[in-house]
This record gives sequence, C-alpha cells and structure tokens, in this order.
Amino acid sequence: MTKPVVIVGGGPAGLIAAESAKLNGAERVIVIDRERHTGGILNQCIHAGFGLGLFKEELTGPEFADRVSKAALKAGVEFLTETTVLNINDQRQITTTSEKGVDTIDAGAIVMCTGCRERPRGVIHIPGERPAGIYTAGLAQKLVNTSGYLIGKKVVILGSGDIGLIMARRMTLQGAKVLAIVEVMKNPGGLQRNIIQCLDDFGIPLYLSHTITNIKGKKRVEQVTIAKLDDKMQPIAGTEFTLDCDTVLLSVGLIPENEVAKTAGIKLNERSNGMIVDENLMTSVDGIFGCGNALHVHDLVDNLAVEAKEAGKNAADYVNGTQFEKSTIDVKFDGGFGYVLPYKVSGTKAVRLQFRVRAPHKNATITCNGFTKRYPHLQPNHMESITVPAENLTSEVCLCLND
Amino acid sequence: MFYDVVIIGAGVTGTAIARELSKYDLKIALVEKEAEAAFGATKANSGIVHAGFHSAPGMIKSTLCVRGNYLYGELKDELDIPFKRVGELMIARGPEDEERLEFFLKQGQELGVPDLKILRGEELYAFEPHLSHTITAALYAPSAGVINPYEFTYRLLYNAIQNGVEFFPNHPVIGIETHKVITEHQTFEAKYIINAAGVYADKIAEMAGVKTFEIKPRKGQEYLLDRSCEGLTTRVIFPLPSKTSKGILVIPTLDGTLMIGPTAEDGVPADDKSTTNEAFEAILKSTQAIIPEIKACSLFSQFAGVRPVATGDDFIIGPTGEEGFINVAGIQSPGLTAAPAVAELMVNILKKQGLKLTQKGDFNPRVPRHKKVRTMSIEELKKAVAENPQYGKIVCRCERVSEAEIRQAIREGATTLDGIKLRTRAGQGRCQGGFCTYRILEIMSEELGIPMTELTKKGIGSNLIKKDIKND
Ligand SMILES: Cc1cc2nc3c(=O)[nH]c(=O)nc-3n(C[C@H](O)[C@H](O)[C@H](O)COP(=O)(O)OP(=O)(O)OC[C@H]3O[C@@H](n4cnc5c(N)ncnc54)[C@H](O)[C@@H]3O)c2cc1C
Ligand SMILES: Cc1cc2nc3c(=O)[nH]c(=O)nc-3n(C[C@H](O)[C@H](O)[C@H](O)COP(=O)(O)OP(=O)(O)OC[C@H]3O[C@@H](n4cnc5c(N)ncnc54)[C@H](O)[C@@H]3O)c2cc1C
Repeated sequence: MTKPVVIVGGGPAGLIAAESAKLNGAERVIVIDRERHTGGILNQCIHAGFGLGLFKEELTGPEFADRVSKAALKAGVEFLTETTVLNINDQRQITTTSEKGVDTIDAGAIVMCTGCRERPRGVIHIPGERPAGIYTAGLAQKLVNTSGYLIGKKVVILGSGDIGLIMARRMTLQGAKVLAIVEVMKNPGGLQRNIIQCLDDFGIPLYLSHTITNIKGKKRVEQVTIAKLDDKMQPIAGTEFTLDCDTVLLSVGLIPENEVAKTAGIKLNERSNGMIVDENLMTSVDGIFGCGNALHVHDLVDNLAVEAKEAGKNAADYVNGTQFEKSTIDVKFDGGFGYVLPYKVSGTKAVRLQFRVRAPHKNATITCNGFTKRYPHLQPNHMESITVPAENLTSEVCLCLND
Repeated sequence: MFYDVVIIGAGVTGTAIARELSKYDLKIALVEKEAEAAFGATKANSGIVHAGFHSAPGMIKSTLCVRGNYLYGELKDELDIPFKRVGELMIARGPEDEERLEFFLKQGQELGVPDLKILRGEELYAFEPHLSHTITAALYAPSAGVINPYEFTYRLLYNAIQNGVEFFPNHPVIGIETHKVITEHQTFEAKYIINAAGVYADKIAEMAGVKTFEIKPRKGQEYLLDRSCEGLTTRVIFPLPSKTSKGILVIPTLDGTLMIGPTAEDGVPADDKSTTNEAFEAILKSTQAIIPEIKACSLFSQFAGVRPVATGDDFIIGPTGEEGFINVAGIQSPGLTAAPAVAELMVNILKKQGLKLTQKGDFNPRVPRHKKVRTMSIEELKKAVAENPQYGKIVCRCERVSEAEIRQAIREGATTLDGIKLRTRAGQGRCQGGFCTYRILEIMSEELGIPMTELTKKGIGSNLIKKDIKND
C-alpha cells in the first residue's frame, strides 16, 4: 500500500484538495483539523455569497462547508478532527496531538491548508489604552455568528477588509450602531459588492485615508480619536475628531498561518508569510504542496477551489509516482503587481498565474513574453488570473501591466 | 474579622511579604482592589532581576536589590518558575563614558555584586556580535537575570494561600482607622497594616493619617518584537543611566524574543497606561543605536506600566507615626528584584515592632509543578496526555497552550481573561488571542460557572460580551 496523502487543515481548501486527491487516484487521503467540525473559517461566515462558481448557486459559508465536507467523505476521505498538527519532519512524518494521544503519521505527500490568521492590534500599534472591547473582526464574527453574543453596541471598525464590512452589516442587523469604518488606504480593501451591500445599504460612513490615532477607556472602550492621513500616511494635525463607542473591530489584514510549514522547512515569502510554490503548487520541500489562504489570501472561495483541486491532484500524482518537470524559471513582475503566484514555472506546460494589482486600473493589458490579455477593470481588492501558454513561458518570465 | 497582619496591595511586593509571613503562625489577609493580583506595576515592567550596581550604597533599594537578586536563586526552585541569569551589560561610548563604567564597577563591588568586569573592543563584540561598534566598552554583570514577573507573583500567591494566607481581590481599601482596614465590602481588624499599594501608597498612607511622602507616577512604555529579532542579544543591554531612569534597554525576554523600552515619563496620572507612537519612535531610535539590526517592522505588541516614585527617590519601608501602620512605598525599579528581600526585611520590622513570630511546623515552601506543553518533549507530552487527555488539546496554537493548562490556571485562581493570559501565555502569541479567545471564554464560563456575558477582560466593568442575543 502506498503512503497516504495527508491534508493539514480541513477548511474549504483542505476539503476540496482531499476530494480531488481521492478522485485522482490516491489510495488513502486523511484530513487533519484541530476543530471538532471541518469547514474552517466558513463555519462562522453565515452570510450568503459562497459557491456561485463551484455549485452555480449562492450558499452560506456553513452550507458550502457542509457540501464540500460531504463530497470529501463520499469520495472516501478519512477525517481526523480535534487533532492538532504539531510539526512535520524531513521524512514527511507528521506529529499530531489530541485527547487520544500523540501520534506520528507517515505521509506519502502532504497538502498544507492551514488558512490564515488576523493581524492583531499590537502589530500595527494603535496608540492608546488597553480596555476590553477591542476585537479582531473574525473573532467578533465567531462570537456573534456561532454563539449569538453581541459584543458591543456602538462600534467603530478599523480596516475595510471583507470581514470588517460583513461585520458592519451583521452588527447593525443585531441592533448595534456602527458609527464608522476607518480605512488608511485611498481605496477600500474589501470587495465592491460588500461595500454596497454592507455599508451603503445601511448608511454606514466609510472614511478613506483616515486612521484611529487613540483609543480611550480604562475598563471598556469609551472613545476613539480618528484623523485624516496625508500622502505619507501621517495624521494631519487639526483633522482629528472623536467618536464615543464601546467597541473597536479590527479588520486590518490577514496573514497566512504557516507555523507548521516552517517546522517542515518550507520556504515562506518574507513579506506575505505565504508559502513559496512552483507551478505544481509544490513548496520548497519535495512532496509537500500548499493551497488556500495559507498560500495567499483569497476573497472568493471559488478561486480557492480551482487551486485546491489542482493541489490535491498533484499530491495524488506524486504518491503514485509521477515525476514533475522541474520548475526552474523565476516568475518576475513589474511594480504594478502586489504579487504573482506561482513563483517558479517549468516552461513545459501552460500555467494559470494568479495575481493582485497594487492600484485600480481601467482597460489595462497584461503581457507575458508576448502573450497579452486585456482587462476592463483591475482592482487591488480582486484577485485575478491569466493563463499563459507554454510557448510564452520558455525564457525569462515577466508580467507587465500597461494602461 | 481579626488578623495579625493585613497587607494592602497584591503586587509583587505585597504578595512576597504575604508568602514570607506565611512561614509563621499568623493570620494574614492580602487585600487587593483589582480582580486579580499583579495587575499594577507588577504586570507591566521589564522583568529584569537586576544585578544591583545601579544605585548608591546607603540607599535602601541598593542593598535590597543585591539581596533580592541572590534570593531569586532559591525561589526559582521552590516556586517552579523559569529564571535565567542572562547577565546585563552597561555600555559606554568613548573615554568619558568608560570612566563612568569604572564608577559603577566600584559601586557594584562595594555593594557585593558578584563577578563584575569591564569588557572592551573585540572581546565585547565577540560576546555580543550584533552590538553597534560605536560602543567601546561595557560593564558586565553575570548575576542579572530575567523572569516573568506575573508568573512569579502568581506562584508566590498560590504558595501563600497554600500556607493559609487569605486573599481578597475586588476589595478596594477606602478608609483606614487605627488597627482597621475598611473596604467597600468588609472591615478588617489588624494588629499590623502593611501598605504595599504601589502607585497609590501615598493615598493609603493619607487614609491612615500619614502624610510624610508623595508618590509621583512615572510611566514606562515597552515594545515587544517578534521572532525575527530573536538572538540579536542574549544579555540585557543598558545605556549609561540618566537622572530619572536606567535608560532605554534591549531586553531578551525569558522566551528569547526581544523587548525594547521603557520610557520614563513624569507628570502622568497614576492610571495612565496608554502607549504612543512618539514613544515607540524614540525607543526604536535609541535601541537601534545599540543594535542597528533592530527593525520597526518586527513590532508585535506593546504595553505601559507606572512606577511609584516617592519623595527622596528611595524605597520608604518601615513603621510610621500611626500605630501598627507600616509603609512599603515608593517601590519603583528595582522593586521586582528587591521583592524577596523586602519581604525578609518586613519580618524583621514586625519582629522589632513586637509581633510574636513562631515558625510553622508545616510550612510548605513548594508549589505543585506546572506542566507546560510548549516546553515538553514528545515523550513528555505522550506521558502527560496519557495521564490527562486535556494536555493533548491545544487551545492557544501560537504559544502551544493546552486545555489542561487553562483549566489549571482557573483552578489556581484566575478569574479574568487577562489573568489566564498572564498565567498561561494563551493569547500572548502572534495572533494575540484571535483564535483562542473564544475557546478560553467557553472554558472560563464552564469552570467558573458563570455565563459568558459576565466574563471580563480584567475585572468589574471590563465585560467582553454585551448581550446574549439567542436568549434574548
Ligand atoms: C471572514 C471571511 C469571509 C469570507 N467571505 C467570503 C464570501 O462571502 N464568499 C466567498 O466566496 N469567499 C469568502 N471568503 C473567502 C474564502 O472562503 C476563505 O478565504 C476560505 O474559507 C479559506 O479557506 P482555507 O481552507 O484556506 O482556510 P480556513 O478556512 O482558515 O481553514 C484552515 C483550517 O486549518 C486548520 N488548521 C490550521 N492549522 C492547523 C494545525 N496545525 N493542525 C490542524 N488543523 C489546523 C484550521 O482549524 C482550519 O479549519 C471569506 C473569508 C473570510 C476569512
Ligand atoms: C516600565 C517599568 C519597568 C520596570 N522594570 C523593572 C525591572 O526590570 N526590574 C525591577 O526590579 N523592577 C522594575 N520595575 C519596577 C517594578 O515593576 C515595581 O517596583 C514593582 O512591580 C512594584 O510592585 P508593587 O507590588 O510594589 O506595586 P504594584 O504592582 O503596583 O502593586 C500595588 C497593588 O496595590 C493595589 N492597590 C492600590 N490601591 C489599592 C487600594 N486602595 N486598595 C487595595 N489595593 C490597592 C494595586 O491594585 C496593585 O495591585 C519596572 C517598573 C516599570 C513601570
């Protein structure tokens, strides 16, 4: 019997990768997740808006999670829940711990799907005091959505990421007053549809190029000070105003959660903390693949599904002895891009390159060694892709963005 | 209720005194206004057990610092706390500074600080390779160490309670009469009252009619850096001190990560624990002049604490004009270091005051060992899980804290989210509680038997959840 494909993390990325590995011929596929229920972050996203691409219908997060969990089970995937992966050694041996004990699993291939974490207050240093009432938006979402606790009544949200936007609507529907969303950038971080459905529809003001410069409150949050920022992102004196509130939600970015990957020696992108992968979604460690938010933060689960299927298939092929072409050509890109994935290609097959731009563009073209694609709209808050044929990937690969 | 001794303030000072006195046949109460011990200066400092060469012979704090440092060597085993003698370096740039090093060397030697020596040039750079080469020499004190100040205090408290001390959190003292301590909830009658109220010690003294000193709060902000700066120094590094403080330091915490700070800000309210961008920039600048590789982007967390600086700049320890009322005030830095020695001194003061001290036959100096998953080998973890499956359930993934440890902390007295965080490190890692807070709240609710809506971050008024919608 060949060694199993082990999927670390049972969020949507892990579940879809697992099903795909099984359907593509892996003998045994095991999904490990620390939580009692698989589904990852989706279990707390009770709003609709998942699966339009994959299932051609609009599902809530838990519904989507349930579908992909059942699909994986049906395909014959084994689940190991309430089990935490502690580390992975250079023999692809995975050490786990749970109430049942400490175990070692000998994996033939591994797919890392550990998701992301939220950037906390300390990292961005919002000055002021440290009362109760400051939450990351995801934690607030979990408290409200999975157990029905209203964490505050007068809320200011820092950051216009999708979770922040969705929480603005959610808190409003629960009877809280959302006083403002404050965003340091000139453009909102979340999807346009969320700006409309979550803010505009409820008359919640969005302050772009602003930040919170002070939090006041001894026991519980009492007040925040907000100021406008100049082009160098410094607060402009005289623009400060205060809002009395009892809660501050932070939606200031997600960071790929790759601590387990680090134990395996997987190379990470120092800036984004995402795993560095090649065209097969293989990491710097042979036989270990990666997908989902642990690779780069996805705003749509449908994009993630495409990537996860590919990672799962490749892991199955790997245990079944497929020799992949070596990826030796670096993927480079100009300053218009935030990032491009994968980091390396082999030049022997067409590759779907995923990317985000740094600023909004209209009628832009992207070229890669003579291959061109036109985009009517490009937004930083929208992940895009371009599939480049093999013949344009032979020599040095460089993506260029032209207006 | 009648007590031999009532101690006001459960910071490291009051708690160390309580634990020391619990060796004797006495009825002792430790009265604290906050929901838990260690919520004052004790939770917000640099965590250094200083060697003791900083202040002049003749000052109370100098002798107590050197003695306190020595006593940590014994206490670490009794109380099962990690304590590393990492050593400290006081740095000099050029001949004038180096003369001052000589001065501190002599001062330290006079006070009995062990094994001091001055390192210069290449010898120094070999010792700490990341130091800026503008630094020409440093005074090295190997006896200095780092501890986790709140863990130390909670272990002291636990041991004091094991030995009969009664602890009264959420009991702000609002008045003092001769041999009486009045709180909102009850009045304690006491042969001796010990005022260890930190930054409020002058207010407590005033309640007793003692107006001999004033406390001037001095705020200090500290900034924690992430793993990317780990190892840039393994020793605590000081500049030469100024009039008001030991200066801005680079501190390797017990954990190996670096902390930079503190500021010394006068004229602030006693409860001002806010942090500011200006302070961070100033701290960054002065520590980068020591270790140029320190980066702003490795900032990870921050906090502030307030030092109680008394008139005269020294500790004020001893009896007062009021019968039975004893001050332990002005316990600014090196108060953490000195605490065990302050406690020893208090025994002598009480003896001199006429309190009959009989050693208990059954005093137990040791606390039960704490098992920590984060420091266990795989074999140890296997054993621990076999004994208690909850060690196998990781609640805080960043700091690898198990459910068993969280429950243990609550059973040992934690009642707030911050109390659990300080005791176990859960929520102190890279996600700062984003993942584990929810689960910790569930466990708290279960263990304490109170609904989620009543749970607090740090005591009355700091509730975390406003309303339960589903049961509305
Ligand atoms: C709040 C939010 C709202 C969103 N809204 C939408 C939307 O409306 N529509 C849409 O299409 N997309 C949406 N998305 C995007 C998309 O659905 C998510 O990006 C996607 O769920 C990420 O999946 P994942 O599997 O990579 O990560 P996760 O769902 O985070 O799963 C990671 C899993 O790994 C487990 N894990 C991690 N480390 C370990 C370990 N050491 N041992 C064991 N298990 C481990 C975790 O427990 C978790 O279950 C949203 C995302 C977020 C965060
Ligand atoms: C930024 C900073 C860095 C420092 N670094 C170091 C260091 O590295 N090494 C070192 O040795 N020292 C250091 N110190 C000093 C050290 O932290 C203090 O000396 C020490 O913690 C003082 O402990 P304490 O118990 O006297 O005071 P506190 O910890 O403040 O305790 C006093 C207690 O009294 C309680 N109280 C107050 N009023 C009342 C009332 N009315 N009723 C009941 N209870 C009351 C308070 O709530 C509090 O819990 C530092 C201090 C600061 C601020």
